[in-house]
Amino acid sequence: MSTKPAADPSVSADRVGRSEPRKDAGEKASGRAQFAGDINVPRMLHGKVLRSELPHAKIASIDTAAAAAMPGVVAVLTGPELDDLDPYWGHAIKDRPILAMDRVRFVGDPIAAVAAEDEATAEAALREIVVDYEELPVAGTIAEAIAEDAPLIHEGALRPGLFHGLGKLPEREGNVCYRYRLDAGSTELAEAEAELTVEGEYEFPAVYQYAMETHTVVADFGDGEVTLWASCQHPFLVRAEIADLFNLPIGRVRVIVPYLGGGFGSKSYTKMEPITAALSRKASRPVRIQNRVDESMVTTRRHGMRCRMTTTADRDGRLRSRSVRLWLDTGAYADNGPRVCATAGDAAPGPYRWEAVHVDASCVYSNTAPAGSYRAFGAVHLQWIGELQIDELARQAGLDPLEIRRRNLLRPGQPVRPDGTGKPLDADLVGDVEKAAAAVGWSEPKGEWTGRGVAVGLLAAGAHPVSSANVRMESDGTAEVNVGTTEMGQGARTVMAQIAAQELAIDTADVTVQGADTRFTPYDRSTGASRSTTLAGLAVQRAAADLRERLLATAADAWGTDRSELAVADGMVHGAGREASYSQLMAERFGFSGGELVGQGEVRPEQGSGSYAEGPVFWEICIAAAQVEVDPETGSVSVDRMATIADVGKAINPLLVERQDEGAVLQGVGNALFEEMVYADGELTNSNLLDYRVPRIDDMPEQMTGIIVENADGPGPYGAKGCGEGAQAATPAAVATALADAGVPMTQLPLTPERVWRRIQQLKEADTG
Amino acid sequence: MSDVAVTIAVNGRPRELVVPARELLLDSLRDRLGLTGAKRSCEVQVCGTCTVLVDGEPVSACTYLTCDADGRDVLTIEGFAATAEFAEFERAFTDRAALQCGFCTPGFLLTLKALRDAGELRDRNDVIAGLDGNICRCTGYKSIVEAAESLAGAPAP
Repeated sequence: MSTKPAADPSVSADRVGRSEPRKDAGEKASGRAQFAGDINVPRMLHGKVLRSELPHAKIASIDTAAAAAMPGVVAVLTGPELDDLDPYWGHAIKDRPILAMDRVRFVGDPIAAVAAEDEATAEAALREIVVDYEELPVAGTIAEAIAEDAPLIHEGALRPGLFHGLGKLPEREGNVCYRYRLDAGSTELAEAEAELTVEGEYEFPAVYQYAMETHTVVADFGDGEVTLWASCQHPFLVRAEIADLFNLPIGRVRVIVPYLGGGFGSKSYTKMEPITAALSRKASRPVRIQNRVDESMVTTRRHGMRCRMTTTADRDGRLRSRSVRLWLDTGAYADNGPRVCATAGDAAPGPYRWEAVHVDASCVYSNTAPAGSYRAFGAVHLQWIGELQIDELARQAGLDPLEIRRRNLLRPGQPVRPDGTGKPLDADLVGDVEKAAAAVGWSEPKGEWTGRGVAVGLLAAGAHPVSSANVRMESDGTAEVNVGTTEMGQGARTVMAQIAAQELAIDTADVTVQGADTRFTPYDRSTGASRSTTLAGLAVQRAAADLRERLLATAADAWGTDRSELAVADGMVHGAGREASYSQLMAERFGFSGGELVGQGEVRPEQGSGSYAEGPVFWEICIAAAQVEVDPETGSVSVDRMATIADVGKAINPLLVERQDEGAVLQGVGNALFEEMVYADGELTNSNLLDYRVPRIDDMPEQMTGIIVENADGPGPYGAKGCGEGAQAATPAAVATALADAGVPMTQLPLTPERVWRRIQQLKEADTG
Repeated sequence: MSDVAVTIAVNGRPRELVVPARELLLDSLRDRLGLTGAKRSCEVQVCGTCTVLVDGEPVSACTYLTCDADGRDVLTIEGFAATAEFAEFERAFTDRAALQCGFCTPGFLLTLKALRDAGELRDRNDVIAGLDGNICRCTGYKSIVEAAESLAGAPAP
């Protein structure tokens, strides 16, 4: 094995920075990998959920007698039966009952659940349940929900959930459940003085994450304890919410997470676990609930948004002010809406120097499906708007889009938030965007109806910095990493294995990484916000280094030498003229061919409380460049070239970094060009994958360039920081700026052929009129 | 609702099943035979994650009746993975990290095998056309195209 100097003189290895093969590739290729829906528990029943047919109604009565009497039906559960519990949950706001108590708030709101011997019987039983509704007025859009006379979707005071992480929650104002404001300087003054102004109103669609594995949970409620096998990204937060709901000690709730068939945020926080647990409790048997696609679409989605933005500059292109008013549609229950709202507010100014910024962001309840997390939330909503306005100012000032950014982008060390709070910039944005632009042939000649665009943004990443891990060495010298990170495709198990292998100077093949089982796995806050490599990875690095110290101490004791004379390399301890393999040292320590050594690692806030306002853990870089072509006859837009920047500090596994960003680009292309959940009168009209189109293989841009930037400027192991979301925020923005460069500035996503064609006609008329 | 007796050669082994006439092949494979490599997702023949080969042709098992498979050969990923030919496919995907969550991967591999067996995996155009019925949400397809191109050409001897 070749070695190179590492930061710690006690170890020489080169496992990090290599594109090692995925640890899970064989299992996944051969179909052996287990997902929640593949798990069969003895005596397991199948659960189905009766969902509301109306967007807003009082429930006058529910008759379940016929369903309960059907052969094969074991349990039928309704909300009012849960009278021994406080049945409301929600990590941000406790606004959501396990099952409807007396009212439904969206089409799809769970009313009752049936457990039966097989799925077909459970489905048949749903049809026997009779619900008598009394319709209520509907607020199906943002405009309807914020109107003076809007029907109130929730009443009474907001009850904060366990993990909103946003300080003191403000009071509810009508249907506004959270509001984020940021003010620095006077935008009125700047707008009055500025020589150039651009303003506009914009719309961003609700979209569906479509993790191909739908939300799936197996729950086994026993005597004072419950075990869940769940397709969840955040097992420890689910555990806490379930414990809270069912009045159980945290340790009596066990969450086991197999492989996830995609997450992208759709499986963050709690989703189908409360219903499944409650149904198992009623049935006194294990129950599996596996959503259908139409059910997962109304379980969580991305927020739709309306936004007004004004940006000003002087004639020389010096940016002066930005003013933003936005409303996010969080649907019938808050889910992660407050955090999405704060992140959107945080992203709204964009990474520029301003003399004045005003942001006012509202998170609004409506009678539609709840909206929560989806890759790059908040940033993806705002970046395309802010960047379109920067480009328009560049056009007015007669500057190249790259030049206006060179003049105004924040530099490393400068405060990101205009009010000076939180973490300063930790990346070279100018260098990054120049690389992206070059990769799409920025200065090459281009034809009519072809445009190029760049987009630069920042995303508050890392969530709350609490992660722990342990690394166990077995008597044969192989190691096992216990870390709560959920493997949902991002390659976490491979990266964690590489980090442990690096610290122990062993082969990655000799490291095993398990999925989370909260009974045994050390606590980790969550898998999301691009935090795992940075925070859980740091915990693994510390745990492996701790284990290494124990091995070195074992050798020092055995050999009667000083620890400082010893180091590890090639799976051996060397020094003081001796060497021994780890298995030899284990045998030396225990006097027997058995035993284990465990190293512990912990990450927690280094200063302050680690709150959102003090954060983020790092700023994830959202930078892309695009070349698009539009067909003026049809309005059809094709993305021909895409380049993205993965500014990751240190790429633990470069190939996996590239692959993450390629996936983010295609999801971003879908969000930009065609994905949209279409609601009519509070009802989702395209709730299947024929009518809701996600990117297919022929939607792939002809040229996709992923550029990795490694400046070792991240807070994670070896200077790493997270990735995988930034490209998703930047892709729609780069596509939109490129389309504007082709002559078609748009104010609404997705950029469907019809919308683009109408805009072209409008511009032609304005030209000739 | 009547039950139907069928005999299906699943992964080369004859299996006799008595199933409701409306039972879907995907449910028979997963729930009766424990072959969980084929997954349920879109249920409208769009995503391809339930793909299995019936008499060598890719079908969406989520919309294919078990009784229609009577007398036919069904190859699932478990059966394909047990063949010598599979190693080349697995290596093509592993070397390029052409899989992430892995939920869709068996469907892609079986579709590629069927394309290659039919002589319809010759170049990049064949790959793009042939994989039109398989959705992957993680990879952005680029790595899958690269892996598939490496498999293009005559089947392994």
